[in-house]
Amino acid sequence: MEMTTEDRIDNSMPAWPDTLTRVPFEVYQSREVHELEQKNIYEGATWNYLCLEAELSQPGDFVSTFIGAMPVVVARDVDGELYGFENRCAHRGALIALENAGNTKGFSCVYHAWAYDLQGNVKGVAFQNGVNGKGGMPPGFDAGQHAPRKLRIATTCGLVFGTLSDDVDSVEEYIGDAVMERIRRLLGDRPLEVIGRYTQILPNNWKLYFENVKDSYHASLLHLFLTTFEINRLTQRGGLIVSPDGGSHVSYSIIDKTVAAGSEYKEQALRVDNENYRLHDPSFLDYVDEIGDGITLQILSVFPGFVLGQVNNSLVVRQVLPKEVDLTELNWTYLGYADDTPELRRMRHRQLNMVGPAGLVSMEDGAVGGFVQRGVGTAREYSAVLEMGGEDAASSDTRATEASVRGFWKAYRRHMGV
Amino acid sequence: MDQSDVKQWLDAGMYAQLRIDRFNAAYARCIDNDELEAWPDFFEEGCLYTVTSNDNHQRGFVGGIVYADSVGMLRDRVSGLREANIYEAHRYRHLIAPATVLSSEGDRVRAEAPFAVYRIMRTGRTDLFVTGRYVDTLRLGPGGEVKLIERRVVCDSSSFDTLLAIPL
Repeated sequence: MEMTTEDRIDNSMPAWPDTLTRVPFEVYQSREVHELEQKNIYEGATWNYLCLEAELSQPGDFVSTFIGAMPVVVARDVDGELYGFENRCAHRGALIALENAGNTKGFSCVYHAWAYDLQGNVKGVAFQNGVNGKGGMPPGFDAGQHAPRKLRIATTCGLVFGTLSDDVDSVEEYIGDAVMERIRRLLGDRPLEVIGRYTQILPNNWKLYFENVKDSYHASLLHLFLTTFEINRLTQRGGLIVSPDGGSHVSYSIIDKTVAAGSEYKEQALRVDNENYRLHDPSFLDYVDEIGDGITLQILSVFPGFVLGQVNNSLVVRQVLPKEVDLTELNWTYLGYADDTPELRRMRHRQLNMVGPAGLVSMEDGAVGGFVQRGVGTAREYSAVLEMGGEDAASSDTRATEASVRGFWKAYRRHMGV
Repeated sequence: MDQSDVKQWLDAGMYAQLRIDRFNAAYARCIDNDELEAWPDFFEEGCLYTVTSNDNHQRGFVGGIVYADSVGMLRDRVSGLREANIYEAHRYRHLIAPATVLSSEGDRVRAEAPFAVYRIMRTGRTDLFVTGRYVDTLRLGPGGEVKLIERRVVCDSSSFDTLLAIPL
């Protein structure tokens, strides 16, 4: 059924022009929108990245994380399968797991000691039959009727995803063939190892960060380092893949040093081309073409909160979690392959200097969302303009486009019903 | 205290601690006064400078916020901040507590010093930005000079706000 503007207002969503080229700034600021996103996106027909299989290798291993704002537990049971459930006791609602990760035979809520197995089933109610024949639960009380919400769990390429939806496609179909191929390219056939992790707190709405990940237009304009050292120029070979539903994307570049650098930057006299900028120790940019396809940079995302990045030989998974309307948590997990040589592992450690909060290449990404969040503070009735590269959300052989950002909004609006 | 008592007291490590504390005070002053070009000079060639969380440190995960294993990489970080990276103006105030000397071998000394770093934004907003400890290996040279062979900046929290442009 066609929604009217009145319906949208009833739904607390801003009126939205019938184009992917406009985004009302209100969606970064409204608490009502924020709450609807939890219901319609995170608890809707989406696959949410939760953790790595490498973090859950043994029976009893568990990780506590989030689907949007919902606390969840992912655990490997003794049957070898992964299970996920809401981290909320069926009794009074307290957190069941209080640790970020660990190994356990089962869980016990600290508040009244209700016991849970690794699948999130209630296995015992303390004092169910009372004490000395007094108190206790009513006869016929069935603890099995009360359980935290269960997740569907799916894994692909060592990545663990969860959903509350019974209707969503398989995770591979959800991500789309072309993007899945690029996940397999990095994670498909070699066992992974976590080599470090941390959380970055972003002073902005989660969507501003996720748009930034999908924004191939900004990369060589905001980030001087890439441009000057020819890691990533719009004039280099590369391209953009957007999944048919808009939710997933890949931006990539292939170094081709035989081709003279394009003159577009100089002609526009952009500040990003500084010939005098030379490194004392450029060896940290050394790159081994492990996969043999010459791709030096690949940034990939899956709606609503998964990012996989390769810059040279550094590999990182990012989980985007909304905390407040204007506060986002970004969980970084650095990866290596379990069979890395010491030399290659050292290269990965050194290349981590390119990304993250102190990333020489992309530290700006942590701050730029906050610039927008503050910039639009009194501009609720205005909209962002996304016309670079046209109006559609299609794949292309240029990255001078905002097609994948429009793809994000295409997916977002479908889930939100606007 | 006669002269031999003083000598014994100094030999017992107090002299090393005084030298390290003085070194750390100069290190903090260098960063907080925005004299970053001099910051790499606190390190030896072939040094190791890392910024990571206590969690990574305990687990033996090397991948953190910063990993630099040459003075050149430190110089590149400074020139990156000066010429390449875009960030809102801000500065730090380091408070470094007295060091604990853990062990020494020849002129190499292992020491730890806890710190707190406040961040002052261009708006005037001042926040406690990071707390942690420096886990160091230093060389206390015969001529009074002190250099870092290794400085692992082990932050107490695993969460980092917005960005870490200026070094800790």
